[in-house]
Amino acid sequence: MFRQMIREFADKEVKPLAAEIDEQERFPMETVKKMAELGIFGIPLPTEYGGAGGDNIMYSIAVEELSRVCGTTGVVVSAHTSLCLAPIFEHGTEEQKRKYLPKLASGEWLGAFGLTEPNAGTDASAQQTTAVLEGDEWVLNGNKIFITNAGYAHVYVVFAMTDKSKGVKGISAFIVEADTPGFSVGKKELKLGIRGSATAELIFDNCRIPKDNLLGKLGGGFGIAMKTLDGGRVGIASQALGIAQGAMDETVRYTKERKQFGKSLSAFQNTQFQMADLQTKVEASRLLVRSAAFKKDMGQPYSADAAMAKLFAAETAMEVTTKAVQFHGGYGYTREYPVERMMRDAKITEIYEGTSEVQRMVIAGKLFK
Amino acid sequence: MKIVVCIKQVPDTTEIKINPVTGTLIREGVPSIMNPDDKGGLEMALRLKDKYGAEVTVITMGPPQADLVLREALAMGADKAILLTDRKFAGADTLATSNALAGAIRTLKWDLIIAGRQAIDGDTAQVGPQIAEHLDVPQISYVADLEWDNNRFVVKKETEEGYQRLAVAGPCLLTVLASGCKARYMNVRGIVEAYQKPVEIWGADRIEVDEEKLGLKGSPTRVAKAFTKGLKQAGEVFEVDAEEAVGIIISKLKEKFII
Repeated sequence: MFRQMIREFADKEVKPLAAEIDEQERFPMETVKKMAELGIFGIPLPTEYGGAGGDNIMYSIAVEELSRVCGTTGVVVSAHTSLCLAPIFEHGTEEQKRKYLPKLASGEWLGAFGLTEPNAGTDASAQQTTAVLEGDEWVLNGNKIFITNAGYAHVYVVFAMTDKSKGVKGISAFIVEADTPGFSVGKKELKLGIRGSATAELIFDNCRIPKDNLLGKLGGGFGIAMKTLDGGRVGIASQALGIAQGAMDETVRYTKERKQFGKSLSAFQNTQFQMADLQTKVEASRLLVRSAAFKKDMGQPYSADAAMAKLFAAETAMEVTTKAVQFHGGYGYTREYPVERMMRDAKITEIYEGTSEVQRMVIAGKLFK
Repeated sequence: MKIVVCIKQVPDTTEIKINPVTGTLIREGVPSIMNPDDKGGLEMALRLKDKYGAEVTVITMGPPQADLVLREALAMGADKAILLTDRKFAGADTLATSNALAGAIRTLKWDLIIAGRQAIDGDTAQVGPQIAEHLDVPQISYVADLEWDNNRFVVKKETEEGYQRLAVAGPCLLTVLASGCKARYMNVRGIVEAYQKPVEIWGADRIEVDEEKLGLKGSPTRVAKAFTKGLKQAGEVFEVDAEEAVGIIISKLKEKFII
């Protein structure tokens, strides 16, 4: 029933806009408002904090179904839920939870996450942004880049060095609101895919936030970031899965309709065998993703599961969408059909929230620990 | 205000295929949905609830799996759900169905009953009006819009020529059109809660109706024959005067070797 509801919403409200927001590189604010009404921004959060009281399996299904028709819309929800709502719920004080979660869950406020810096990508521990305590305030200085939902989010979970001498243990997490003086959003990136999603730089120039906006323990930021990204990978794996399934659906339809040499493309065994292999990979991705989501729901360790899900789902999405374009032939290369957009959207899932190489590091780390 | 909405789980006829050999519906793999007119009716009830406060009870008669359509109604915002399910209800035509539903509704407190105009799997448009007759309350059918004003329900009733605006005091029954209002989506929280709320299961012994009036026994309708309508080509239309028309008709009949 949940999948049916999200799918109906995605087909009727999200799909018609997908090509347009991609073409115009426009953030789909109207869709955000509609999703807020349905409670899509607080799916796994308990009702006492204004959430829907659902779980991570439902959240994964939602991101998948939205991404099936529009990769941009999927990541708006994923970044908000996994990277902002979740760390505040998991590491916030009761006061922080009461202040931020209800508005994030209702979609009144959108959330974002600031970890990556120009010199701290995969090596996230090389944080150069600093936070210094002055009286009752933390003073933040530095830049964050490639931040999803930047400019549209009201709440940012941001990481900064509070004690450089301690290395990784000198990183702390903070909650920054968009209207804080000294905080601004810089250059918006022009991207290959997920072009409707807002990706921009965050600038902290003597940005002063209340002392109480420290999230979790002083020096506990790196742990929070890694734990948050584990959850984020379930979201991005779901996005990749959705993109892959969307490309499969389009290709099944196209190959049934398109006739060459007197018969439908779907009647050729080459089509059938390749499509069978692809659908098997998509289904395998789905099971990996749901398994990771289930372990998270059960409170079991799921870090390697999330990494495997994201690695496999992202690489499957890239393979499926590339072949989907090939099956569509010349038409697939044009913007008349959605598969070229899906191929562009799929690529980022191999990169953000940990590249495929990082996922392999996480998986190998568990193997050889 | 207490509102009862009658809903039915139906196969999604837009996805249904017909077995070319037997001429019967292929039901396997066809998703079940809430009948569209009933969904429109539920939406109208929920809008009254949003605006004036109301308790909305949804009721359906069907097999145990009809539970799903009631949960969908709960997820949209209905407060209570009743499933009439019993082997004694099986094989019911519209009369036996309306007897069962009216018997159940008789045990409830209500001001308004809303039913969909007709179900997409039967297209009879009989059950709603029959319930009103059994309960002896006024009814307005083909309602496209519903408002509450000065203790009366003010409705827009569609007719072939246009529409009528009518006012009726409760208790009464309305049958409504899906086109009247776009139904809301289920809400995520609503879906989670729909599985925590109970769906009441009522058997024949729970309702106030003589068993002779239920199920196959209470159904005077007999299906004489079922057939698939053959496909016909679209005709050609000529707008000419009578004399010229005669010529065209004769030449067409000759063309087909009829004369």
